[in-house]
Amino acid sequence: MDKFRMIFQFLQSNQESFMNGICGIMALASAQMYSAFDFNCPCLPRYNLAYGLGILLVPPFILFLLGFVLNNNISMLAEEWRRPQGQRGKDQAVLRYMFCSMAQRAMIAPVVWVSVTLLDGKCITCAFCTLVPVETLGNTSHPGLSQGEMKRVLARIPCKEIYDGQELIANEVAVRYLRCISQALGWCFVLLMTTLAFLVRSLRPCFTQAAFLKSRYWSHYIDIERKLFDETCAEHARSFAKVCIQQFFEGMSTDLAATRCHPPKKAPADAGEAAEKLLGITDQGTMNMALKSWHRCKPPLHLHPPALASGNGWTGEGQTPAHPPVPRRETAAYYSRV
Amino acid sequence: MDRFRMIFQYFQSNSESVMNGICGLLALASVKMYTCFDFSCPCLPWYNMAYGLGIMFVPPVALFLCGLILNRQSLVMLEEWKRPQGHRKKDLAVIRYMCSSIMQRAMVAPVVWIIVTLLDGKCLICAFSGSVDPEKFVGFANASPVQVQQLLAKVPCKDDELMRNNTFRKAVSRYLRCWSQALGWSVLLILIVAAFLARWLRPCFNQATLLQARHWSNYIDIEQKIFEETCCEHSRLFAHKCILHFFESMRQEIKLHSFSLPREGEGDEGEEDILQGITDQEQVNKLLKMWYYERPPLDVSQVTQR
Repeated sequence: MDKFRMIFQFLQSNQESFMNGICGIMALASAQMYSAFDFNCPCLPRYNLAYGLGILLVPPFILFLLGFVLNNNISMLAEEWRRPQGQRGKDQAVLRYMFCSMAQRAMIAPVVWVSVTLLDGKCITCAFCTLVPVETLGNTSHPGLSQGEMKRVLARIPCKEIYDGQELIANEVAVRYLRCISQALGWCFVLLMTTLAFLVRSLRPCFTQAAFLKSRYWSHYIDIERKLFDETCAEHARSFAKVCIQQFFEGMSTDLAATRCHPPKKAPADAGEAAEKLLGITDQGTMNMALKSWHRCKPPLHLHPPALASGNGWTGEGQTPAHPPVPRRETAAYYSRV
Repeated sequence: MDRFRMIFQYFQSNSESVMNGICGLLALASVKMYTCFDFSCPCLPWYNMAYGLGIMFVPPVALFLCGLILNRQSLVMLEEWKRPQGHRKKDLAVIRYMCSSIMQRAMVAPVVWIIVTLLDGKCLICAFSGSVDPEKFVGFANASPVQVQQLLAKVPCKDDELMRNNTFRKAVSRYLRCWSQALGWSVLLILIVAAFLARWLRPCFNQATLLQARHWSNYIDIEQKIFEETCCEHSRLFAHKCILHFFESMRQEIKLHSFSLPREGEGDEGEEDILQGITDQEQVNKLLKMWYYERPPLDVSQVTQR
């Protein structure tokens, strides 16, 4: 019991560090995914913007949802939200706390993706290359092109091999300009996110500390209660199964004695525990019959007390199990206990 | 008792070493970030200064805030500062001590970034190439001021067609890099001397107050950890009692409604306890349905008073 309690405390205190570990792994995975991804700008006027912004914004959304999916507590939150009220009121503050802490952890991988994308610069270069200010950066002496022509030429900036506007504006100049803007945006985004995180973390003790302690306690409680209930049910199922099987074997050896018309072999007094465990089955034929019976006609899920023990249907097939005598009402005298 | 003392010592020594470890990790992360970062100077007259100084100063601010966020003690300090007085007076010296130790640890990663930036030199070359005095360098004859500015702005870009194999580009780069590295080493020297003096001279001033402040700040930290542990333990016991109470109530209800005889002594006592009188498929189904539809109230006072 003591050891169980120590392990339980370790798991409990470590669940937060376990979730933080998953967060960190997802952040690293998102950075790795970006570097493994083979970015291919289409270099066509309208497609560039769609592709660039798509790569910038769609994977973070997917990573955010994945962050929720990988979090074990999402089912706990859903269960607490949807359960009927019954005798226990629902505290909205606890639900909000659980949702906020999950959302904060799920935000980390998307933020890492967006930061790495912006700091690398390829996405913004691809998306906004048609908006480069040619008047300031390019050669003003170049004969004017129509709008469409100019956009087509500028759209090829990210693809150096097919770029044909070197007289209009040098490729390196445009790429440097766009990358500078992208990196500035990236660092501003990183600064903004860090400031937000800092504010969220530091304003909480100043305003809502008591409510926070309450929500945190009850959200841990709900988690522990769910785990303990599952464990209690598992233990109950184990005992249920054990007694059920014991009664099956007992019933079988009684039936066997009845059909063979001789008393069951009494184990000699000094045979000890091993003989008891044999449950009256001591030869191959009997064992085979026991196994066949277990397969063809499992005993009902009803543990009868020893005084009312009867055959459990080994000799026949499809014997109806004993029903509880009175059908119960749905609303119960359970209320009377509390 | 022995185990309690071991755990106590673990908490005591661990808090500081964990924070030092995080500090070190952030410093390494900042160096790694700088080497991974692809520095590309825009090589345009006004943008250079903004970019260069931005890269030198914005990431340190973000790293500083990260250092504050990752440090658990900053939360503890804020809670201590903002709590209502109640029965326990607040000691400002303790709060100041905690604040200064948090700030010192959070400053390490930004300082590492700035020093690495200065020693590398690219940022300063990018930011100040336009501010160099062209008279010092040959190669600017017969160029209008605007052209001179444009040329100087392009100095950080080695691969630009104008700048390849250009001697004055190399001269200006070397000049700026020399300044940058001198600045970097000076900053490093000043900081190390300051840290050395602070640590060496500290015992000369207010040692007793310092010892007190350090003791009570450790105390507040440990107290909060133990409170959280006790709350976890309590909620576990509460849940255990609540569930047992629920099973017990189900058993009572089953006794009221069924005619099965109570067991007479025989059988495993242990199994009996665990089964709690629930011995039928329907009873189990009913129990599970009850658990979902009518969670028991959070009140185990009858159980504990029995």
